[in-house]
Amino acid sequence: MATEPSQALVKVEDLYRFYGSRCAVNKLGFELHRGEILGLLGPNGAGKTSTLQMLSGNLAPSAGRILIGGVDLLDEPLAAKAALGYLPEQPPLYPDLSVDEYLLYAAALHRLPRPKRRAAVDAARERCGLKDVGRRIIGNLSKGYQQRVGVAQAIIHMPAVVILDEPTVGLDPIQIREIRELIRELGRQHGVILSTHILPEVQAVCSRVQIMHKGRLLFADSLAGLTKRLDVTSLVLECRELPGVKELRALPGVASVDKLDSRRARLRLEPGADSAEAIATLAVKEKWGLRGLTPEHKSLEQVFVELTTADDTEVAA
Amino acid sequence: MTTFSIAWRELRNLFLSPLAWCVLAVVQVIHAWIFLTRVDSFRGNPAGVEGVTDQVAAGLFSLASIVLLMIVPLLSMRLMSEERRSGSLTLLFSAPVRMSEIILGKYLGLMGFLGLMVLMLLAMPLSLAVGTHLDYGKLASSTLGLLLLLGAFASAGLYMSTLTRQPAVAAVASLGLLLFLWFINWLGQESARFSEVLHYLSIVDHYSSFLRGGIDSVDIGYYLLFIGSFLILSIRRLDSARLQA
Repeated sequence: MATEPSQALVKVEDLYRFYGSRCAVNKLGFELHRGEILGLLGPNGAGKTSTLQMLSGNLAPSAGRILIGGVDLLDEPLAAKAALGYLPEQPPLYPDLSVDEYLLYAAALHRLPRPKRRAAVDAARERCGLKDVGRRIIGNLSKGYQQRVGVAQAIIHMPAVVILDEPTVGLDPIQIREIRELIRELGRQHGVILSTHILPEVQAVCSRVQIMHKGRLLFADSLAGLTKRLDVTSLVLECRELPGVKELRALPGVASVDKLDSRRARLRLEPGADSAEAIATLAVKEKWGLRGLTPEHKSLEQVFVELTTADDTEVAA
Repeated sequence: MTTFSIAWRELRNLFLSPLAWCVLAVVQVIHAWIFLTRVDSFRGNPAGVEGVTDQVAAGLFSLASIVLLMIVPLLSMRLMSEERRSGSLTLLFSAPVRMSEIILGKYLGLMGFLGLMVLMLLAMPLSLAVGTHLDYGKLASSTLGLLLLLGAFASAGLYMSTLTRQPAVAAVASLGLLLFLWFINWLGQESARFSEVLHYLSIVDHYSSFLRGGIDSVDIGYYLLFIGSFLILSIRRLDSARLQA
């Protein structure tokens, strides 16, 4: 399988899903390759969960094709699902069972032969940091541990594709870091698709990003491509003796100036201008008493808002 | 294979909840009380026309069917609705498991539990074998009849449970359906025109011939059709749930 890199693990073509007359997923198409962590980003109600539910066979698409490892999910659901691990938003747990009982059941459902189940459960527990809680009742575990049990369930049969729906929702910062570490590790051996509406999460773990809005794909690129959109757009200059607005306006590459207070001003730069160095040199030469010069990146939030409020003409392929 | 994993898990899950233990205890107490009154009335009239099997066992089995008609919906109600509500159904849907395997597994799990209940019921008349001769043929046909009847109850309950997320709604709906199918032959006595059809539809009518020791293919056919129809309906319902959800 791994020897043929051209073979996509997941291939989605022209996927549609309607709820009544409302279109939740609109002509979605993308691919996932081994070793990739694909982040599906979008506000609530963008169609992320519907997309993941369709990918995992929990929801029938209205139209379109889903190929998992080259197998059509709709034509041969059993073969396709064998290569899938899915953690929905709400982990599908049985609170009355112990972690071991639950994972053994999950292994049985994924048709692992009986003699291999024990080893699979041990391996999944090891990878998800559940070594010491095998005999604990799931209902008594903390939310973070329950989430890990959910992840363990999704990877117990070593699927080629792991689908995680908002895996860090409701966790505390330490647990979030641990789950992200786990996702990064999964990304080395499996193809991972995860959905989130938390932008830094995508920056933290994903290698590729897709932004969805109202069921449509607005943006699809590598993480580097997304970072490029986050160019420096303004500088905050802080001086003991701030010169007048007019003088600041005359600085190279400065498009406009906002005076923040008597010591600080925001200099909006012309697109593509890289004038921080020139401004710093000038500030020292003119003895303004330079205190600070801070580049301001366009935040991921801004890019996100830009994309989601942009005209339909900006729809990326 | 997967079917049995699901069935076994379902049976184990039933015993993890206090409901199953509570139901077993209450039903057993009621059955025991019926049994003792039957034995008592037989002792008072040993020279009666009916033998001990007819008077004690058949009477017990006949009343047990009514008790279990009330009880089975309580056990079947959470089979699917609970899974849907807690979201754990996703585990089954995402795994390479057929819908038919899910339904059959759930059904067999519940039938395992009901089978245990029938064994506990059967143990009471069997205990009379210490002091008297029993008609084992009649006992066997009664047991078969009760199992088929419970199978029908369970399949209807399972279907109702696939329709809703609320276990209580599933319980009320299946109890209503079963009561209706029980009362329907009383209606038949009123109106002569449809009486045969209504008698045929009545779920309890087919049971009575088993108690008399008669195993009729019509009765077996009725129950098998009933069970099969509701299982197929349940499978279709699960399939379409993916379209709507």
